[in-house]
Amino acid sequence: MRPFAYERATDVRSAVAACAAGTADGAGAVYLGGGTNLVDLMRLGVVSPGVLVDVTRLPFDGIEETAGGGLLIGAGVRNSDLAAHPLVRRRYPMLAQAVVAGASGQIRNMATVGGNLLQRTRCSYFQDVSKPCNKRVPGSGCPARRGDHRNLAVIGQSEACVATHPSDMAVPLAALGAVVHIEGLGGPRQVPMPGFHRLPGDAPERDTVLEPGDLVTAVEVPPLPFAARSRYRKVRDRASFAFAVVSVAAALDLEDGMVRDCRIALGGVAHIPWRAERAESALRGSPATEAAFAQAAAEELAMATPLPHNAFKVPLARNVVVRTLLDLVEAP
Amino acid sequence: MNGEGNSGPVFADPITADILLSVNGDERPITVDTRETLLDTLREHLDLIGAKKGCDHGQCGACTVLVDGRRVKSCLTLTVTVDDREITTVEGLAADGSLHPMQAAFVERDAFQCGYCTPGQLCSAVAMVREVADGWPSAVTADVSGPAVLDDDEIRERMSGNLCRCGAYVNIVAAIKQVGS
Repeated sequence: MRPFAYERATDVRSAVAACAAGTADGAGAVYLGGGTNLVDLMRLGVVSPGVLVDVTRLPFDGIEETAGGGLLIGAGVRNSDLAAHPLVRRRYPMLAQAVVAGASGQIRNMATVGGNLLQRTRCSYFQDVSKPCNKRVPGSGCPARRGDHRNLAVIGQSEACVATHPSDMAVPLAALGAVVHIEGLGGPRQVPMPGFHRLPGDAPERDTVLEPGDLVTAVEVPPLPFAARSRYRKVRDRASFAFAVVSVAAALDLEDGMVRDCRIALGGVAHIPWRAERAESALRGSPATEAAFAQAAAEELAMATPLPHNAFKVPLARNVVVRTLLDLVEAP
Repeated sequence: MNGEGNSGPVFADPITADILLSVNGDERPITVDTRETLLDTLREHLDLIGAKKGCDHGQCGACTVLVDGRRVKSCLTLTVTVDDREITTVEGLAADGSLHPMQAAFVERDAFQCGYCTPGQLCSAVAMVREVADGWPSAVTADVSGPAVLDDDEIRERMSGNLCRCGAYVNIVAAIKQVGS
């Protein structure tokens, strides 16, 4: 591992200045949160920053109510604390469920909300420095398309990259239209999800829309009363401590057997947490039946372009959407 | 210095920091390389070899220690980041020469074979029981808005960050259940 300077940020402005300065002089400064992804990638030689700016002592470790019934979640809130928060569990059950579906107890105690969003979109080739990877070394090629891609993307991928974003937490956040609060060299700004993470296109090295020096300070979850009826369902190869093969976050607003409104997002299928807007549009105003759910899921997944070894994800995603929505209909 | 034809990486000099590390109630002044993990500091510099190096990538849990009472992976924790925290290792669980109740339960229930994962299992279990008492939900908690009951499924799910190659899981679950319920 390359030696790096360690700086502990005490205020936002100096943190942004330190990170931007480190980036500009070629030393490759990066922010350090819980380190569960970054430290591992440094150990693997995938990333080699010259400066780590530790942002875990900044005052972003609280969860506050916003006007109208939403939540402002500090970027430094640990995943464990997010999932355990009474208002998260009551207002957005799918968010609490998604967080506890991710990683392990130890990792959730370390990982921050900001770091969870900013963990690298990745596959096994990205983490193996002996292999080409367009995300790690732009232009070097993508072995996954003809190699191991069973658990990689089926929607929105490019010739350059077929990796998936591994976060569970980001899936309900995309469904909820969460807004990422950012502090940058030019001051504060806000970016709604989806729209924070990028599809790979021909620049897979960029996972998000963040610019050098940008610091995520909070994630704002808008009020959505019907999200009290929501659920996260994750399908994986083993019962615990594994990435999603496919996951679904869904919320349903029902009236007299009809879908008045809904939110649906998919994990494990794309380079970003995938908001299923076509399925949502198809469902609004339709009967809350298995047939309608299957039709809506099929409309969303019509855009899938799977590779030979991950085509199973398309019917799997459809089935998991249908099952999750039926669970919500049947919920007390 | 790398000669021609040897294209190995050239590393700059290490960057170090002088810190005070609080481990099991003792404050220890120490100079650490910023790259050093808490696991390596404990084992290589403080002679605390209870925490084990299994995968060194945060997957196996053998390195689990408590930081401010919470279970974490010491292999993914940079030592320089925890100089103002209180660290507890498996060596710090026993008090006044008597085993921690979780350690006693592991002995009583025969919850290990080779013992390599045991320090991590113990630290993890001690903190996990507290997480349940604090009402934290897990992935198998039927209603995330309510409290969890520490049954076998909850223990297995909550301990999934600790692997045991001997497969002593059945007795590990029994030992934790004995302490936690």
